[in-house]
Amino acid sequence: MAKKLMKGCEAIGEAAIQAGCRLFFGYPITPQNEIPEYLSGRLPQVGGTFLQVESEVAASNMLYGAAGAGCRCFTSSSSPGISLMAEAMSYIAASELPVVFVNIMRAGPGLGGILPSQADYRQATKGGGHGDYRLLVLAPSTVQEAADLTMEAFDLADKYRSPVLILGDGLIGQMMEPVEFKRRIEPEDLPAKPWATTGAQGRPPNIINSLYLNPEDLERHNWALAKKYQAMASEVRYETYLADEKLDVLVVAYGSVARIARTSIDALREKGLKVGLFRPVTLFPYPSDALAQTALRADRVLVTELSTGQMLDDVRAVVAGRRPVEFFGRVGGMIMSAEELAEQVEAIAAVPV
Amino acid sequence: MYTEIILAGFGGQGVLLIGKLLAYAGMKDGLEVTWMPAYGPEMRGGTCNCTVVLSDRQVGSPISRNPHGAVVLNLQSIDKFESTIRPGGIMVVNTSLINRAPLRRDLIVVPVAANQIAQEAGSAKAANMVALGGFLGASRVVDLDLVKATLAETFAGRPKIVQLNHTCLDKGFAIGQAVAAMPPGR
Repeated sequence: MAKKLMKGCEAIGEAAIQAGCRLFFGYPITPQNEIPEYLSGRLPQVGGTFLQVESEVAASNMLYGAAGAGCRCFTSSSSPGISLMAEAMSYIAASELPVVFVNIMRAGPGLGGILPSQADYRQATKGGGHGDYRLLVLAPSTVQEAADLTMEAFDLADKYRSPVLILGDGLIGQMMEPVEFKRRIEPEDLPAKPWATTGAQGRPPNIINSLYLNPEDLERHNWALAKKYQAMASEVRYETYLADEKLDVLVVAYGSVARIARTSIDALREKGLKVGLFRPVTLFPYPSDALAQTALRADRVLVTELSTGQMLDDVRAVVAGRRPVEFFGRVGGMIMSAEELAEQVEAIAAVPV
Repeated sequence: MYTEIILAGFGGQGVLLIGKLLAYAGMKDGLEVTWMPAYGPEMRGGTCNCTVVLSDRQVGSPISRNPHGAVVLNLQSIDKFESTIRPGGIMVVNTSLINRAPLRRDLIVVPVAANQIAQEAGSAKAANMVALGGFLGASRVVDLDLVKATLAETFAGRPKIVQLNHTCLDKGFAIGQAVAAMPPGR
């Protein structure tokens, strides 16, 4: 299939359709409006249903219903809208339903601004909603990867009967890059879901539920969920760039910032500095072992994010004091240039260890 | 090859379109490409810009602090971006709307009276194509014919529009080519 030039948002929408998803319930918010806009035209073409609903609370709860009935479904939003979905995410995780969420992050907190940020890392990986649950979190760095990971997200959600979040940002969402859709599956070819509420003719009724008033039952349920999240460790993904040797500085970044870092690293390598990149692709499960191994090859670690330092905490935990961990961030929708980031790396590299 | 180009003007001048054409043509030419629009508050008040990166290897940052080239269609844009262009870079200046001389002495400046040329060709709306042609003529970053083919696809079924835009691309290209042929130091 020939490559098409597409916006990240549009590629995500198309990828969902290629993955056999025929339901989208959503609400507008910049900078992800192109996802519902694209799907409003595309879903009717493939016999699907697009609904712009009254709020993100409505959208996320409708997904609970649709997923409970066994349908592939997803929604997209941006930061404040994702906050509104938090309760439903908890319910969806607790009820063990496959739902894909997409967060095209914008600057916060509060109403904030419409420009890109990465300030929802903590919300995505540590909670968002209440209770002992986790989202499987995937962070694309290119439009192609956004398309690929969106397709995989549906498979992973079904595999674990658990919600999956694609964590993008306004840069990935708005930029155009060549993309090709590598496979397609029709809804009728998807494996059946015997646990779903598809109509109880000739079988005992299925119940989708998260209420367990008996504490022993709820405890059992919580440990079972915890075991499931541990099992997700086999889905760890990450990428390294020029990090296979001894390094002056290891840059750790994900999403758009990782690609900015690549440009910085190329320039720094030309100046003779030994700099490499560690790019987590799954933010939960976090590639802790691989990061630890790579970090120990470097004299110093620099975490760079479009936030005041959220993934920073995880990197510090992984490195566990064995190397100095520095941080450089831009916030409010400001984005570091490759040149600016390179200057930061050089400054850090100049400090003797 | 790794070229970062910023295209800027006011909303409605077709800045985003010429950026997309450039990116699309680059993709067809087998290059790695990105197109990134500015969509923040600077858009309010009417300004508009996009950054195109054309590369023979994976593109890193889709935005650039110091682009290799620029196409500026109005005064606000030259005021904002002239100082950011790398020394020796190409700057296409729409002299129909920009009434001051460039301040930099170390750029390859391609002055095009884009609105006027487009008007004479049939419509001032195609001023963006004159400017794009100017950039292609001076930089040769992608083949003009590839851009024309992409444009023909984009406006398939509207031959008059295609013809007008092709004419404007040609006229701009000739100007750009002439500038590039001049000995340095002028």
